[in-house]
Amino acid sequence: MTLATPPTAVDKFSTEYESFVVENSSSPDWLKAVRQQAWSTFSELGLPTKRRGTELWKYTNLQPLADADFAYGVTGSVSLDQMKVVGPWDDAFDTVVVVDGEFSVELSNLHGSTGLDAGSLAEAIAAGTGSVESQLASLAGREKYAFTALSTAFVDDGAYVRIADGTQLEQPVHVVFVTSDAAENRASYPRLLVDAGAGSSVVLIETYVNLAESAQFAAPVVEMFAGDGSSVRHYRVQMENESSFHFGTTRVAQMGNTDFTSTSFAVGASIARNDIHTLLDAPGANCTLHGLYMTNGEQQQDQEISTTHAKPGCSSGQFYKGILSGKSHAVFSGKVVVERDAQKSDATQKDLNLLLSRGAEIDAKPSLEIYADDVTAAHGATAGHVDRDTLFYLQSRGVDEEAAKAILIRGFAEEMLNEFKPPALHEFVEKITDERIPILLAESDTIGTA
Amino acid sequence: MLEIKNLHASVLDIDDSEILTGIDMKVNKGEVHAIMGPNGSGKSTLANVLMGRFDYLVSEGDITLDGESIIELRPDQRAHLGMFLAFQYPAEIPGVRPWQFLKTALDSKAESRGEDKMSVRNFSKLFDEKVEAVGINPNLVKRSLNEGFSGGEKKRNEMLQLEVLQPSLAILDETDSGLDVDALRIVAEGVNSMRSPARSFIVVTHYQRLLNYITPDVVHILVAGKIVKTGGPELALEVEKDGYNEYLSATGANV
Ligand SMILES: Nc1ncnc2c1ncn2[C@@H]1O[C@H](COP(=O)(O)OP(=O)(O)OP(=O)(O)O)[C@@H](O)[C@H]1O
Ligand SMILES: [Mg+2]
Repeated sequence: MTLATPPTAVDKFSTEYESFVVENSSSPDWLKAVRQQAWSTFSELGLPTKRRGTELWKYTNLQPLADADFAYGVTGSVSLDQMKVVGPWDDAFDTVVVVDGEFSVELSNLHGSTGLDAGSLAEAIAAGTGSVESQLASLAGREKYAFTALSTAFVDDGAYVRIADGTQLEQPVHVVFVTSDAAENRASYPRLLVDAGAGSSVVLIETYVNLAESAQFAAPVVEMFAGDGSSVRHYRVQMENESSFHFGTTRVAQMGNTDFTSTSFAVGASIARNDIHTLLDAPGANCTLHGLYMTNGEQQQDQEISTTHAKPGCSSGQFYKGILSGKSHAVFSGKVVVERDAQKSDATQKDLNLLLSRGAEIDAKPSLEIYADDVTAAHGATAGHVDRDTLFYLQSRGVDEEAAKAILIRGFAEEMLNEFKPPALHEFVEKITDERIPILLAESDTIGTA
Repeated sequence: MLEIKNLHASVLDIDDSEILTGIDMKVNKGEVHAIMGPNGSGKSTLANVLMGRFDYLVSEGDITLDGESIIELRPDQRAHLGMFLAFQYPAEIPGVRPWQFLKTALDSKAESRGEDKMSVRNFSKLFDEKVEAVGINPNLVKRSLNEGFSGGEKKRNEMLQLEVLQPSLAILDETDSGLDVDALRIVAEGVNSMRSPARSFIVVTHYQRLLNYITPDVVHILVAGKIVKTGGPELALEVEKDGYNEYLSATGANV
């Protein structure tokens, strides 16, 4: 590679794409058109690298990705025992497992709950279930975002979840995207489509894990439709191995009087981006986006969080917390747009960070763009170190410095951990946090307010 | 027995910042000592230095506990030796539950002394008892440690920790400030009930009224980082009446 002619990132994927198109020549025409359009968008955009980056990628160094090669690899196998330990698991959940991009009948655990249609996206496409044709790629297809386009160009299988009108599901629906260790440097395009009918209520958990130790590239795209008066409680657990890349797109459309809450637990991958956008598209739509991110080593974690208030009388809240150590880097880019007609909107944004080392870096950019005049809005971001007074307080009670710091870090995370309500999920994120704290501390070199 | 010998302390990393300018003090087992003094005279600094806060540099002198110097010990090690500091301004600690934290504190003390840890059941019983004794709303201690507590509630929480940890040397830094009459009585009763031949107290206060409830054995007046007068309980009454003027002019302090 020379500086004069950087490889166009598109080339890396084009052979793959060509064979993908041949393999999937029997797909419905509308789907082929979706792929084709996405591919041309991606070809036009290319991967955002340092040179071709836009404002959106200003804080994120994607060179490691540009330097790597990934292939749309063969499908491997994963055992149920592995599934139960690598991510949250509860036999009572309706669980959809997607291995290397393909729905797995063996690992999925579906209870035939009334009003729930959950399973393979490819099957839903083939059967023309519900509104698949009009919904797929409709929320996450319009924008010019390279990873979304790339992922959509390869759209095939994944998970489909539909909740019938008026259905109140008692147990969470859990969608797990797992990559096996069958291939090195796999590229995968996890896809999830959620159609929550009018007046329905669902708890939806999304988990990303990999069993491979090699670098994996994942560009998941999730689209969720929350029908009139529905309630969707969404969780996202992102914990791939630390050499992987994760560029996730989540798009949510909310109808009137809907409640959408999303809580993310982002701790994995070498470079990870969690891009979530909610569109409040009818009066009385409320959304709350929460998240906890923890980074160490040379990890990068980006939270790209945005909400558009398109109609009046909606409320939105964004509240994230980050714990950073080592030479890691995190970005919180929170954006709320209140359009002209969206009077009586209420929007809050908050991002609090705990920096445990001098080498760790946070770029927190909460921003409000308000075009309506009757709006209540507040935003703020902080980055602080472990507080000396607090540390001394704990030590004076007989707790040694390391343990005291661990207590403080855990205390900082606690508020977010408590947002993970399903017990099996809560236990899992607590366990991962407790395992992570000593690693964060080992790379910590600051105490007190520097 | 605690012995403070010619103790000089300054703020770490700040030149010419000496705050304690030569303190001598001896606290025998079973005694209650009161320290009074104007704002900024160094009372909290002394309390912090005794407890081993790392922001201060001891440039001269020594502190010994039962004959052994503790200058090089960390705060947690001092706590394990039986020392305790009730803070003038207790820190707010989000996400840390008082129950859990106190259990951790008690366990680490037991561990350091090679003793058995208290069972969860016994600890819960003790905790509930003490919560009632210090008059804290039980719902409050289910939340985060000190977070959103009122000034008085924080002080009661310090008493709760004191009573659970049962130290042999307790330093109370203005635990009586900002308390209502009932709370003041609770603090006094707590101290009085814990008074024993094996336990000593250093009580920093601005007010004679606390000393109406807790009769000190010795009263010290600290001015500009030095103890300028030591006497019996009557000294507190004198200060209450006359203030610190006489001592201020004597030390030339411009507080
Ligand atoms: N960490 C520090 N950094 C800088 N100055 C300090 C520090 N700690 C104490 N001081 C200064 O030392 C002096 C004594 O403070 P200290 O808190 O010990 O007073 P005090 O006697 O407890 O006062 P009060 O009655 O108001 O509680 C003050 O001038 C204070 O500003
Ligand atoms: Mg003080």
